[in-house]
Amino acid sequence: MTGQADFTQALLDPKQAVPEGLVDPQGRPAPKRFDVYRNNVAVSLTDALETAFPVIHKLLGDDFFRAMAGVYLRAHPPSSALMMYYGAAMPAFLRSFEPVSHLPYLADVARLEIAIREAYHSADSTPIAPETLGALAPNDLMQARFTLAPALRIVTSDWPIHALWQFNMAGGPKPQMQAQDVMVARPEFDPVQTVLPVGAAMFVTALGQDEPLGTAFERVTQTHSDFDLSATLGCLLGASVLTSLTIGPPT
Amino acid sequence: MLDASSPFDRLPNKPGVGYKPQHFAEIMEDPGPVAWLEIHAENYMGAGGRPLAQMRALAERFAISVHGVGLSIGGEGRLDPEHLARLKHLIGWLKPASFSEHLAWSTHDSHFLNDLLPLPYTAATLARVCDHIDEVQEVVGRQMLLENPSTYLAFSESDMLEVDFLSEIATRTGCGLLFDVNNVFVSATNQQTDPLSYIDAFPLDKVGEIHLGGHDEDEDDHGATLLIDSHGKPVVDPVWALYDHTIARGGAKPTLIEWDNDVPEWPVLAAEAARAETALAQLAQ
Repeated sequence: MTGQADFTQALLDPKQAVPEGLVDPQGRPAPKRFDVYRNNVAVSLTDALETAFPVIHKLLGDDFFRAMAGVYLRAHPPSSALMMYYGAAMPAFLRSFEPVSHLPYLADVARLEIAIREAYHSADSTPIAPETLGALAPNDLMQARFTLAPALRIVTSDWPIHALWQFNMAGGPKPQMQAQDVMVARPEFDPVQTVLPVGAAMFVTALGQDEPLGTAFERVTQTHSDFDLSATLGCLLGASVLTSLTIGPPT
Repeated sequence: MLDASSPFDRLPNKPGVGYKPQHFAEIMEDPGPVAWLEIHAENYMGAGGRPLAQMRALAERFAISVHGVGLSIGGEGRLDPEHLARLKHLIGWLKPASFSEHLAWSTHDSHFLNDLLPLPYTAATLARVCDHIDEVQEVVGRQMLLENPSTYLAFSESDMLEVDFLSEIATRTGCGLLFDVNNVFVSATNQQTDPLSYIDAFPLDKVGEIHLGGHDEDEDDHGATLLIDSHGKPVVDPVWALYDHTIARGGAKPTLIEWDNDVPEWPVLAAEAARAETALAQLAQ
């Protein structure tokens, strides 16, 4: 009997012998025939990773990326049939994969690419009208709590991850060394990136945890005295991230 | 999420194509001979965004077939309850005209291998596959179609013919069958058997849909031709001939052109569908 455990191990490890009992029409062992399955698995998962991480692919080049994908897919085969989410372990993998240790920003670029893909497939939402905030009395604004769009992702980084993305995917200028916190949102169907001002990532995270705007503002200004509230709210409204608002304590 | 609820309760006996998002605008503008669309279930299991919005628009105009590629019906372990729940949700949302899956396995010990892997044809695997199909049909609440596989090797432990194995599954579970003519040609070449005998032995009365697709050609260890089901090329003439034989014997069926890799421009795909339309029209005369 040829069990699926043996079959799976041999599929993922090309050095392992082909399981017994798999034969050609004459009943002979059939290693090249088994290799069709090995190849299907490796190529389809490598293609899925290439689709998921176009910037990493471009930064490393096709040959290097595909060889690295071969290592990744054997260490981290998918745990679900949803290929749209395959590659969640890529940032951690890149941090520990010795041949790319001289490219310390790769892991954060991979986090950004995952955020973009998650935003693409996340639930739809309707934003509040931008003028809603302007119409609030200052005290009400400080007490306002928000629900945020399901597509919202915040990727903080010590590296210019948005500039790297732009340079490789959209013909942007050569990246300058700087830290970039990026907000990914999806106003309609295409994910949109916004480089956040200083402290804004912390502010949005606090809003996402149901803190009133005033409390979140005070928290951020303790560590970022130059935090620009109106610029940050402009970013959030512009990216359709605020989807509802309530004033006062949680009900 | 608004219900998509396609109003079509069955696939027409006309050509369909595997839906690719890059063809959305052209299909909405003028689908030509294409009367229905098939999607891979797993690509529409996200929570929202463009894929579901496109599907909502397409489902108003076209009968939709949901074709799963990740359920692992032939797996030794139990079916993944999360995946089954996602499938139930998708089918409840879309109310497609047809739902199908494969005689294959793809998951072992929570590792999903993203390929349709082969099964030995024995009484034990037959019982297991039937149990899984019973479970799927119960959870999803409708009949499913099971597709015959492309195979590249055989199991020495097999003691049933594939065609008998599939017939018996359909009898025991009440599922329908999806007849992939390219898979018949690929497997018969690889297993050195006769595709016409396979078609003549197949219970075509239980077939709810036909697949046609392209394949690649390679060689095995002994220089024998090895065909690979790649879905990246036009359907070859010998497969069209087997298709003619199939519909002459089994009658007109909903017929899908499957083209999943190196996807061509819309006119190329529509031309393949037109060829199926011609074959179906000749049958009607």
